[in-house]
Amino acid sequence: MSLDKATVRRIATLSRIEVADADLEVVAGQLSGILNWIEQLKEVDTTDVAPMTGGTDLKLQWRPDVVNDGDKMEKVLANAPDGHDGFFGVPKVVE
Amino acid sequence: MRPMATTASSAFRKLSSKGAPVTHLTSLTIADAREKLAKKEFTALELTEAHLAAMERAKDLNAFITMTGDLARERARESDKRLSAGQGGTLEGIPLGIKDLFCTEGVLTTAASHILDGFTPRYESTVSQKLRDAGSVMLGKLNLDEFAMGSANITSYYGPVKNPWKAKGRDVELVPGGSSGGSASSVAAHLVMGATGTDTGGSIRQPAAFCGIVGVKPTYGRCSRWGVVAFASSLDQAGPMTRTVRDAAIMLRAMAGYDPKDSTSAQLEVPDFEAALGKGVKGLRIGIPKEYRPAGLGPELAALWDKGVEWLKAAGATPVEISLPHTKSALPTYYIVAPAEASSNLARYDGVRFGLRVDGKSLDDMYAKTRAAGFGAEVRRRIMIGTYVLSAGYYDAYYLKAQKVRALINQDFTDAFEKVDAILTPTAPTPAFGIGEKSDDPIAMYLNDVFTVPASLAGIPGASVPAGLSADGLPLGLQVLTRRWDEETLFRVCQVLEDAAQFPLLPAV
Repeated sequence: MSLDKATVRRIATLSRIEVADADLEVVAGQLSGILNWIEQLKEVDTTDVAPMTGGTDLKLQWRPDVVNDGDKMEKVLANAPDGHDGFFGVPKVVE
Repeated sequence: MRPMATTASSAFRKLSSKGAPVTHLTSLTIADAREKLAKKEFTALELTEAHLAAMERAKDLNAFITMTGDLARERARESDKRLSAGQGGTLEGIPLGIKDLFCTEGVLTTAASHILDGFTPRYESTVSQKLRDAGSVMLGKLNLDEFAMGSANITSYYGPVKNPWKAKGRDVELVPGGSSGGSASSVAAHLVMGATGTDTGGSIRQPAAFCGIVGVKPTYGRCSRWGVVAFASSLDQAGPMTRTVRDAAIMLRAMAGYDPKDSTSAQLEVPDFEAALGKGVKGLRIGIPKEYRPAGLGPELAALWDKGVEWLKAAGATPVEISLPHTKSALPTYYIVAPAEASSNLARYDGVRFGLRVDGKSLDDMYAKTRAAGFGAEVRRRIMIGTYVLSAGYYDAYYLKAQKVRALINQDFTDAFEKVDAILTPTAPTPAFGIGEKSDDPIAMYLNDVFTVPASLAGIPGASVPAGLSADGLPLGLQVLTRRWDEETLFRVCQVLEDAAQFPLLPAV
C-alpha cells in the first residue's frame, strides 16, 4: 500500500498538522513504509473474534452523575497562551 | 556555630569531613536508606543533598529536564521533622525522580515536547501525589522520548539522554532505551534512589534492561493514570524503576491503588509486595515461549535466557515450553492501536488551552501551524498513522482488525497461564546501541519492543531484571510476566533471578 500526496494532504488536514508541499513526498514514503509493514495483520484469521477494546478485564467504575468538581476558572485558564477575562482567546472564527 | 550546610558542595565537604566517601549515601538502596533514616544515621536533607550533588556531577547524562533542588531541600526538611516525630511514611525522605510525563503541581511538565512549552500544572498526578504522601522527596523531572513515543530517548525536544554504561574499549555514547530513558539513566547512575516510569509498549522494561536496573510494569489498572500525560490510554501504565527488586516492591506499593479519578483503575486491595519477596519459586511452573527465540536473537541473549531458566530450576521451579502463537502479530497490532489512541489523546494540543501557540490566519490555520511546530517528527508520524487507521473507509481494515488480533494475543496469554505461573523471556533483542543508530528507520526502532509489546496489549504485569553482561560489558535483562493482578508472583521470580545473577551494578558517580 502506497499513499499518494493527495491522501497525505487529507490525513494532514484531518490531523490538523501543517505539512509543506515540499515535504508531502517524504512523509508519504514514511507512512507507506509503516502501513506496508502493518499490512501483515491481514494474514491473521480473526473470524468470529470479538475485538478487545480496552486494557482491563474489570468492569469500569461508575459514580453518581452529579457535579463533584468545579469553580476553578483561574486554574483552568492559568496555562492558556491567550486566556483573559474568563475566556480562552482564539483567532476570529466568525466574520 | 555555622548554620547547617545546605548547598550541594558544602554537603560534600560535610560528609567528607566525617570520613565517609561522598558516594556512600548514593550507593544505598531504598530499603537500606529507610532503615538508616529511621535510626538517625543521617538526615533526609543529607541524603537529598548527596543526590543533588550527584545530579550536578552527572549533568552530562541529560537525564533531567527540570531539577527541583530547592523544592527537594524544603521537602527533605519536612521529612526530617516527620522522621523525628516518628511519623514517617513508607518512603519518608527517599529522593526520587519523576518522569516528566507526570503532572506536578507548580513544576514545569513537558512530556519532552515543544508543544507543552511553559506548561505548569495546577494539580498533581495521583501517582506522584501518592509518592509525596508516602514522604518521598522529588529531585526533579526526568527526560523521556517526546510523549513517551520512542525506544531510545532520542526524540526528546530537550535532547537525547545518555546511558551511564559504555561498551568495553569503545568510547561511544549509548542510548538508555526509552521512553523512560531519563528514569533508567538516573537510577543506574545513582542520581536518584528510584524513579517513576510509564510503560505503553515496553517503556519501563526496555530502558531498565539497557541501563542494568529493575523496571516493573504492573497490571493495567494497578496505578492510576490520572494526571499522567496520555499516550495510548488502553496501554499506558505507571511503574517503578529501581536498582533492586525489593526497592521496586516498596515503591510500587506506594504508587498503586484505586483512584476514583481514573475509571480504569482497579478497585482492588494493594498487596504488600515486599512480603512476597522471600517466598521463592519452589513448585512454580515457568513458561518458556518458543516464539521468543527468533532467528535474529543474539547468541549472548539466548545463552542468558537459558541461564535464567537454570537459575529458576535450581531454586525449585519447573520450566515448561509454551507457545504464544500470535507473538509476531503483536508489534504491528501495537502500531495500529497505540497511534490510533494517541491521535485522539493528542488532539488536545491545539494552542488554545496550554503550551505553545503559533499564530495563523484562521483558527484551523493556528491549530495546524501550532501542531506542526510543536510536535517532533515521530509524534507527527504517529498522529498521522493513527488518524489514517481511524478514518472512514479504513477503520475496519486497520483499527477493528488490530483490536481483534489484540484479543487473540490476550487469549494466548490466558491459555498459557492455564499451564504456567510465570513466563520468562529476554527483555529486549539487543543491548544498548549508539546514539544515532536506528534513527532513520522507524521500523528498526520499533523492533526494540518486540518482546515487551505483547504483555502491554494483554494488560498483564511484566518486569525486567538485570541478569548479565554482554561480551563487551553491557547490561542484558530478563523479562518476567505473570497473570493479571499477580505482581506477587512476579516479584518472587524477579527476586530469585536477582539473587542468582549477582549483577554488577554501576558504582555511584
